[in-house]
Amino acid sequence: MMDDLYRENLMDHYQHPRNHGPLAECDAEAEGQNPLCGDQVVVQVKLADGAIEEMRFTGHGCAVSQAATSMLTELVQGLTVAEAAALPSQAILDELAIPLSAMRVKCAVLGLGTLKVALHRAAGTPLPAEWGDTDEMIWS
Amino acid sequence: MTVSPLTATDLDRIRADFPILARALHGQPLAYLDSASTAQKPQQMLNALTGFYATSNANVHRGVYTLGVESTEAFEAARDTVAALLNAPSRREVIFTRNTTESINLVAKTYGVQHCGPGDVIVSTVLEHHANLVPWQVLAEQTGATLRFVDIDDEGNLQLDALDEIARAGSVKLVAVTHQSNTLGVRPPVAELVQWAHGQGAVVVLDAAQTVPNRPVDVQALDVDFLAFSGHKTLGPTGIGVLWGRESLLAELQPFLTGGEMIRSVKLERTSWNTLPWKFEAGTPAFAEAVGLHAAIDYLQAVGLDAIDAHEHAITDYALGRLAEVPGLRIIGPQTAAERGGVVSFLLDDVHPHDIAEILDRHAVCVRAGHHCTQPLVERLGVAATVRASFYLYTTEAEIDRLVEGLYDVRRVMGVR
Ligand SMILES: Cc1ncc(COP(=O)(O)O)c(C=O)c1O
Repeated sequence: MMDDLYRENLMDHYQHPRNHGPLAECDAEAEGQNPLCGDQVVVQVKLADGAIEEMRFTGHGCAVSQAATSMLTELVQGLTVAEAAALPSQAILDELAIPLSAMRVKCAVLGLGTLKVALHRAAGTPLPAEWGDTDEMIWS
Repeated sequence: MTVSPLTATDLDRIRADFPILARALHGQPLAYLDSASTAQKPQQMLNALTGFYATSNANVHRGVYTLGVESTEAFEAARDTVAALLNAPSRREVIFTRNTTESINLVAKTYGVQHCGPGDVIVSTVLEHHANLVPWQVLAEQTGATLRFVDIDDEGNLQLDALDEIARAGSVKLVAVTHQSNTLGVRPPVAELVQWAHGQGAVVVLDAAQTVPNRPVDVQALDVDFLAFSGHKTLGPTGIGVLWGRESLLAELQPFLTGGEMIRSVKLERTSWNTLPWKFEAGTPAFAEAVGLHAAIDYLQAVGLDAIDAHEHAITDYALGRLAEVPGLRIIGPQTAAERGGVVSFLLDDVHPHDIAEILDRHAVCVRAGHHCTQPLVERLGVAATVRASFYLYTTEAEIDRLVEGLYDVRRVMGVR
């Protein structure tokens, strides 16, 4: 039952996060926080020809927030900026493949929201309304 | 006077009164360890609430007809019960609100606004729940008064030696303090603070949300000026809270909200206010909830608030002992059961509190994870969040054991070595 929730894949990403640590140089960057639970991630992206060459992150927080961001770094590699900027929340929830309560969904999408803020900010395009500043998340 | 804690037989009988405690979650019996957030309800309270709606419901203070007279009597009887619970000198001092938060806001927006100005000092503490902190921030902004906070040491003890320095910042008008921290369980030295505040000519607002439910609270012995608590933490329904205030202070205040109920006569140009306590109860009050709260208080007094306090002390002592066995577990706040209530905050290794709470939930163990509406306190303690287990009259050692077993599972799942 427990392993339903904290499956091996999730724990593997939490304990061995992929693409973790700062980039020396990047084309897009943002920080996201979920003050309710103290989750925090900083997302950095290197672009090449309008596509994501590399996404890296640093941060701390619950297993769901950190593992989801780790998974995201692999998921978006090679996507065009437009594709990544339009990636739906469900994409990361599918990746996690565990049942999540509404409160934990916010943990799960923290990294994705932060990536979107970074990409839209770098492109000078407005962040889609559903990712705007909410009570729960702080982007900076 | 020492009071013996509840016996195993007492506990069995008490637990049988709380229908929700018979519920199973994920195939296991519920272990509800979040009573500091809201308490579970005894059948006696539920019966009073639904019974009132089923047989006696009518608006209060209006009906000439029998039903309306009965409901008014029931509502006002609840006020008498609260007055007796708090040892209030007068029933006129008991104002029904929605909750602790509204009670404190009422004081800020009446007494605060009418007494504080530039050069004045409002004092609060780092321990406070947001409900006893944000209203004072807003009051300071509105009135130009200065807001100062008494700091704590690493176990949550107030650093009262800073008071002299605070007094030099201006004329101290109001001191707002909690009777017990909802995050750490510490019980600040309220008597000392009251003495100091009154020496400064200031009034004291006591946030008793965490103590009225579980120990005798006597406004005259405490010598505070305002006191707030919530019905829902006191075995009562949601939607009702209490503000107690000294009659001499309440009498000279302008009202909080205005409208029906709180008036004596209304002319198009001018309105005169009702007498206490109704001056502060605008609109239809939560009269059915007051009847529920009455039954809840009767229940608590039948068990005995001294016995409940003793039980919480014993169960907290047990919990601290058992938690200390778990490798990597760190208690945040007071390390012993002395001078504290049945609330324990902790961290486990570097596992995030949300992960802990979620895994414990799979064991049907309900604990809170987060900042518990005390962000400045949690920040002051240098942590992002804590796990909080809190206990009440129905909490058993077996539930603490379930918590501890769950924590071992957290270690396993999260791969803590
Ligand atoms: C110490 C303290 N003060 C105030 C409150 C606010 O109570 P309510 O949400 O019922 O207004 C709480 C409840 O969490 C509390 O524990």
